[in-house]
Amino acid sequence: MSSEEKHHIVSYKTYLFILLGLITLTLLSVGITNIELREYTVAAALIFAAIKSYFVLYYFMHLKYDKPLYRRMAMFVFLLFFAVLFVTFIDYVNR
Amino acid sequence: MMALFIVGLSLGLAMKFELLAPGKTIMGAQDYNATFTLHGIIMIFLIVVPGLPAVFGNFFLPILIGAKDVAFPKLNLLSWWIYIVGATIAISSQFFGDGPPDTGWTFYAPYSFKTGTNMLPAVLGAFVLGFSSIVTGLNFIVTIHRLRCPGMGWFKMPLFVWSLYGTAWIQLLATPIVGITLVMVILERTLNIGFFDPALGGDPILYQHLFWIYSHPAVYIMILPAMGVISEIIPTFSQKHIFGYKAIIISTMAIAFVGYFVWGHHMFTSGMSGTALYTFSLLTFLVAIPSAIKVFNWVATLHKASINLKTPLYWALAFMFVFMVGGLSGMALGALATDVYLHDTAFVVGHFHYIVFGGTGFAFLGAMHYWFPKMYGRMYDAQWANTGLVIMFIGFNALYAPMFYLGMIGMPRRYFDYLPQFHAANILSTMGSWVMATGFFIVLINLIRSSRNGAPAEVDPWHGKTLEWTVPSPPPVLNFDEIPTLGEDDGPYEYK
Repeated sequence: MSSEEKHHIVSYKTYLFILLGLITLTLLSVGITNIELREYTVAAALIFAAIKSYFVLYYFMHLKYDKPLYRRMAMFVFLLFFAVLFVTFIDYVNR
Repeated sequence: MMALFIVGLSLGLAMKFELLAPGKTIMGAQDYNATFTLHGIIMIFLIVVPGLPAVFGNFFLPILIGAKDVAFPKLNLLSWWIYIVGATIAISSQFFGDGPPDTGWTFYAPYSFKTGTNMLPAVLGAFVLGFSSIVTGLNFIVTIHRLRCPGMGWFKMPLFVWSLYGTAWIQLLATPIVGITLVMVILERTLNIGFFDPALGGDPILYQHLFWIYSHPAVYIMILPAMGVISEIIPTFSQKHIFGYKAIIISTMAIAFVGYFVWGHHMFTSGMSGTALYTFSLLTFLVAIPSAIKVFNWVATLHKASINLKTPLYWALAFMFVFMVGGLSGMALGALATDVYLHDTAFVVGHFHYIVFGGTGFAFLGAMHYWFPKMYGRMYDAQWANTGLVIMFIGFNALYAPMFYLGMIGMPRRYFDYLPQFHAANILSTMGSWVMATGFFIVLINLIRSSRNGAPAEVDPWHGKTLEWTVPSPPPVLNFDEIPTLGEDDGPYEYK
């Protein structure tokens, strides 16, 4: 196995920061339900969930240290997911 | 899978027999509801979605790209076991609990969590089957990325492989959505959470969104591999390079992508917003373009070709006819004004079966007759094969074409009974079902007999140019003694 292919070791400090970030975002996603956003409430919750998924994929699942192809594939999935939600909200926002 | 298909076919024949005359013929309303639900579950989740990828994808994908096997053979086996477990759970819903499910294969909320019938096993079975689909999709994507033989660039891959690639992405990305949706139905039934219940702040239209976000792309899981099969058969029997190779690839991937954004055309009468209706109708018309490109390219390939009229080509031509009828009738359903009138009528049943049975089913039988010599190392009796095809084709059209008429004069679908003015067309349709079943059994028996007693097949009986025609018939366990290498001028359709 060449040096480039060796697994990247992420420091405990980084993991700790990401964990704290995820906990903060979870609290925020609960907190935002106290604000009246009507049909955008679900959108707000999904935005927080998407940011959290990004951190999990990027750091915990090592996408940051992987080949660019995999990052592009994950990005494509995110964009597709976003597009599907956008089309769904065309119904919800205009009902 | 063949046994399950015969069960599904028998249920379909029973429904058509019930509709032979107004009033109760052989079953009442509740039995009819249960019959079309089980028919749908078996045909969609157990036959049409996994059919072409599982049978021909697993067999031919590695050979077509010059590989010894798929990337993860054990994952492949796991997919098969998941399929068996899912099928067992789904079908078990018929035999215990409070009676067979009666919602239709779409499990629409709120009825699916309010009905007293045995819904949980049916929904759970569909949920488990989704994993089989996801695992196969993942396996195919990795196989195509990693195991192509030396010299096989992306634009030297056979079109069936491209169609499996597009299909695999849909399997991987869309199936989890229906998985989550079905879990929500289970939770709704067991814990009364209220996702889809307006009384608890839920939204029943959300169910339809979630269900069709998967289930419309699932139509492309069904039809893309079918189109891939036709794209293999036509150049082989035209002895000619396929017209617009790259255009077909682009249209395949365009269908796979745009197909994600048209689900709302199943919901035009659900109470969606007007803006959403216009958007989905526009997107629906857009997705027809790449399908039309393919049909144009197939016809252009046949133009001025040295056509070799053999059974697989007859199936491909039959496919093109029924697929065009299904596709053009889909335009009537994609347009808002006509859909409001035709929604939930027999017209929809006719359209759906022209696409899914006529499209995927005919392509499956075409693939069977195309690759049969390679799979079994024996030839089939062409005369019986052609006879079965002609009878089945006539029966198919007699069965489903009257449904367009019945829908247009107002006969609703999913009712065991109907008004007297619908009687004549229903008699024709029911008799068509008998003719079609006769044709199918001729085809089936001929293939079974030929697999045992047929004349030995040559390595390349159709003079094809793809890699499966370079290995013995049937192929050895690991396909190739030595991994092939493609040269500059080699390609899947290089007929000279």
